[in-house]
Amino acid sequence: MDSLNNYLFVSVILFSLGLFGVITRRNGVAVLMGVELILNAANLNFLAFARFGGMNMAGHVYALFVIVLAAAEAAVALAIIINIFNNYKTINIDEVSELKQ
Amino acid sequence: MSNFNSLAYYWPELILTVTILVAVIADLCYRREQSINVAWWVLGGLALTLFAVRMGGSSVSPLFMGMVASDPFSDFFKVLILLSTALVILMSFNSNELKDYRVGEYFSILSILSFGLFLMVSAIDILMVYLAIEIVSIMSFFLAGYLKKNPHSNEASLKYVIYGAFSSGIMLYGLSILFGLTGTTKFFEMQNAISSLGSDSNLALILSVVFILVGFGYKISAVPFHFWTPDVYEGSPTTITAYLSVAPKAAGFALLIRFFNQVFGDGTAMTSESWMAVNNLPWPELMAVLAAATMTVGNLVAIQQNSVKRMLAYSSIAHAGYMMMALPLMSQSGVYGIMIYLVVYLFMNLGAFFVLIYVQSEVGGETFNDFDSLGWKMPFIGILMTLFMVSLTGLPPTAGFIGKFYIFASVIEAGSQYYWLAFVGALNSVVSLYYYIRVVKHMYLIGERSESIGLPSSNLVTLVLIVLAIPTFIFGWYFGPLTDWVNQSFVIYQGM
Repeated sequence: MDSLNNYLFVSVILFSLGLFGVITRRNGVAVLMGVELILNAANLNFLAFARFGGMNMAGHVYALFVIVLAAAEAAVALAIIINIFNNYKTINIDEVSELKQ
Repeated sequence: MSNFNSLAYYWPELILTVTILVAVIADLCYRREQSINVAWWVLGGLALTLFAVRMGGSSVSPLFMGMVASDPFSDFFKVLILLSTALVILMSFNSNELKDYRVGEYFSILSILSFGLFLMVSAIDILMVYLAIEIVSIMSFFLAGYLKKNPHSNEASLKYVIYGAFSSGIMLYGLSILFGLTGTTKFFEMQNAISSLGSDSNLALILSVVFILVGFGYKISAVPFHFWTPDVYEGSPTTITAYLSVAPKAAGFALLIRFFNQVFGDGTAMTSESWMAVNNLPWPELMAVLAAATMTVGNLVAIQQNSVKRMLAYSSIAHAGYMMMALPLMSQSGVYGIMIYLVVYLFMNLGAFFVLIYVQSEVGGETFNDFDSLGWKMPFIGILMTLFMVSLTGLPPTAGFIGKFYIFASVIEAGSQYYWLAFVGALNSVVSLYYYIRVVKHMYLIGERSESIGLPSSNLVTLVLIVLAIPTFIFGWYFGPLTDWVNQSFVIYQGM
């Protein structure tokens, strides 16, 4: 039960859900949630490989960095979305397209 | 090398860090109207950093337990980054768009961005790669959306943040697969581990190559990861557009060269004549197709644009395509060509964007029609813009020709399997002539000739434009210093 493949399987599901979310959602915040799922899928990979590969600490350290950077990125992205809302009164990313396609 | 000993080789970054802190504190001390003075502090810091980079000597060593490398190759790119940051800061003094905002932070964010680029060009560990790309991306999101009250700028930053976060997420997943296959995060240990893998792991390797290319391709805006480029470039303040089209692209190429040579290369030193892809992975073929697609899409869409700013955005995609042509060759002369092209591209592309900034502030628009009869109204601007446009096309006797020459020569040299790539590149150069010369046509042949002749109102603009125009012209026929510099910089950390 407790094997590497199980973790990789969960990670692939998370990754696919994130990808699906980014592609199908039109709400800015929902798209960001999709991105978070992708990052966490990668994180799960790092931790699972580090745990089952009998490797050094590199994987664990990497995961910690990813968590911090994901938080920083989310903070900036949400600030930008608030700004968008102030100017456009919507956070639907399809309606925010004044620039020529 | 241990953390403490590394500090002696880390002066440029240390000085840059102090510059960032000084800029943030100085911004607190200035009133809103005076906050532009922060720029002088940052410029001083950049000058000191440049001095430290040049004084650093040609030591080749891994720093901080093999996290970053100190070598002349990264120093070369650091000089390019500092130069473009300094020029963009100088040009920001004259920007119309920034006038309504407090600009102190703008300059401190620019210096943080250059710090991220420094990490990007010297990273030799995938943790550092991700960290550097994220520092650069997050700071670019800020800068693209710096005009808070301008909906276009908002939209640019929203699109940037969504594409940026998405592609770096995909890249991270690719890196995690690579980590799982090799069990290490260091470039050279990865290379060793990959070459001892059996062919049954090739599928996973190819998957990780593709995923990683998404992240890198996004940074250099290669097709098909280029969709953010036109909108972000059009919506951002023009100074930032100029910066994004030069500095992060140069750093992206440095990272791409280092990563694909050292992780997916076969272990032969890059300084040898040529190297091979590890385990015969098909990444060179993939990269060649991407290069051809990048320049074709960039050029064909650039033709249809009415806005000069958007045209230059697509043209920067096309230029990324020309440079990518030299990557799949895996030869010394290919990397050499990319480095020369990046220097030349810095001068001519910044020049074109800076003329655009000046026209925006004088005429008030950025479409082709705003350039009508400009060559007669402002002869100085007209002549310089013609020079930059001819150079971007790649015609002699300008520097653009030298850049293209080295790239195409390396493609031809690599043998018959890449002749098609050189052919596509040559066709694309011809196509690009149309839209570059269209600017010149608007400046000289369309619109009423006016009798009054205007000189640039600001000495600073004149100075910056001349500083950019001289190398664009001189390097076209006297490029000895350029090739010497690239030769000296061709020393890359190759593992211990």
